[in-house]
Amino acid sequence: MNAHVSTATMTVLVPRSALRLVGWRVADAFSTRAGVALAATLVASAALAQLQALPGQPSVPELLVKWTPLLAQGFLFNVLISVVAMTIGTAAGVLLGLARISRHAPARGVSWVVVQFFRNAPWLVLLFFVMYLVPFEFHVRGVTLPFPDWIKASLGLALPVMANMAEIVRGAVQSIPTGQWEAARSLAFSRRQTLWMIILPQCIKRMLPPWMNWYAILTMATTLASIVGVAEMMTLTGRITAAESRTDLLIPIYAYVLLWFFAYCYPIARWTRQLEARYAER
Amino acid sequence: MDDLAAWFQWLHKAAGIRLTVFYDAYDRTRFVKGLFTTLELSAYCLILSVALGAVVAWLQGSRVAFVRRAVSGYVQLFRNTPPLVQLYFFYFALGPALPKVDGQPLLGSFGWAVVSLTLLETAFAAEIFRAGIESVPRAMIEAAESLGYSRWKAYQRVVLPLALRVTMPAMTNNMVNLVKTTTLAYAIAVPELVYMSAQIWSEQVNVPEMMVLLLVTYVAIVGIINQVMQWLEARLRIPGFGQ
Repeated sequence: MNAHVSTATMTVLVPRSALRLVGWRVADAFSTRAGVALAATLVASAALAQLQALPGQPSVPELLVKWTPLLAQGFLFNVLISVVAMTIGTAAGVLLGLARISRHAPARGVSWVVVQFFRNAPWLVLLFFVMYLVPFEFHVRGVTLPFPDWIKASLGLALPVMANMAEIVRGAVQSIPTGQWEAARSLAFSRRQTLWMIILPQCIKRMLPPWMNWYAILTMATTLASIVGVAEMMTLTGRITAAESRTDLLIPIYAYVLLWFFAYCYPIARWTRQLEARYAER
Repeated sequence: MDDLAAWFQWLHKAAGIRLTVFYDAYDRTRFVKGLFTTLELSAYCLILSVALGAVVAWLQGSRVAFVRRAVSGYVQLFRNTPPLVQLYFFYFALGPALPKVDGQPLLGSFGWAVVSLTLLETAFAAEIFRAGIESVPRAMIEAAESLGYSRWKAYQRVVLPLALRVTMPAMTNNMVNLVKTTTLAYAIAVPELVYMSAQIWSEQVNVPEMMVLLLVTYVAIVGIINQVMQWLEARLRIPGFGQ
């Protein structure tokens, strides 16, 4: 999946003045253009389809309205998968990130390999990996625990999030000046105390924008679950187009699905940029 | 080569690990073909998206407000919607709507994958280029102008070379993402690496082995890209500029 970390990278590359410019004014001016463009495509294609529709058939807008509850259900499923995957990925990623900065050399080495591997493997392949190789139920002391497809998909999507989260944690910890560590030490804080009570609380602010960026990427990646048979929004869209078998429905319905995701992800992206710009000014 | 094949055959007999790709000529051909399709798809999209990205980045600085808005809308649209849905939109919705040429569709699945992924990557490349150009200090341009450079020459000889170096880490990142994103083409049956591997594992019933091989192959491709780009970055480095 498209795991783009460019916003995070750019913070490093771009001088503050440029960042402020990109983050605030430009974003503000162009805020809803893309959404408007997408909605316009939807309306135009629906109107065009309307002209071509045979008499007696329901119009395309009617069909879209008819299927909206089902599509919304599918979208909620996408959101559910993204939340579960983000939770698992964040928790595992923080631990992995702390292992990356551990004083224990083997822990550093192993965590480096894990991070490199899961950052560089394609999301779809990781998803296949988990779907095929994790059993669909577990037997623990005679109790059968079901392990449904969507949980497995969340697990598969959590892996790349974990690896990238680890890098975010490492980067944030390293961005705290060494003086803080030294000051804490001179006040007799242990390494663990320093990390949890002094360093990590300051890191949260630095980690928030890239973390949100990854959440948006992950949400878009949840559509991959349709390839491995989870009944989320994309799968339902395929079923709807098959059931209706109307060629004039195709462009409007796919534009409609794009609009749903855009309406969810774009505000997150904008908010991320605003936070980045605000933190960069200090 | 024969030794390698013999060793993998022995591995199958001794440990039950069936990596048919290494000793079965038919499977090997399929796997290699898939690998080349992946590389081909990545190469097309990379070249097109770098060229288009430069154009889009330039249009983002246009003096005409409408152009700026349209371009920005395009970039935001492609960055904030799922790439898989974009691909489906092009292949399943736009594809059938286009007129046919001699009874054949205008573009096949490979063609649509190139179009869709190129549009996606262009949106990312454009943002990277713009950030790179903006990162060149104004003083540099002023210095060049005071030395008698024309605007275009200053852009060509001073701004672009510096911007290129600044954008390199981000471009590497983008290339890696591009290679990873080509796996989506599996969904529209482009015979790339994942698609070919899926065919092999459903015939040979060696899912775990093929999965591991697939992951290792992708991680290797990405590793090579990273190494080459790091080498290039070091070669192009200007003392005193950057870190």
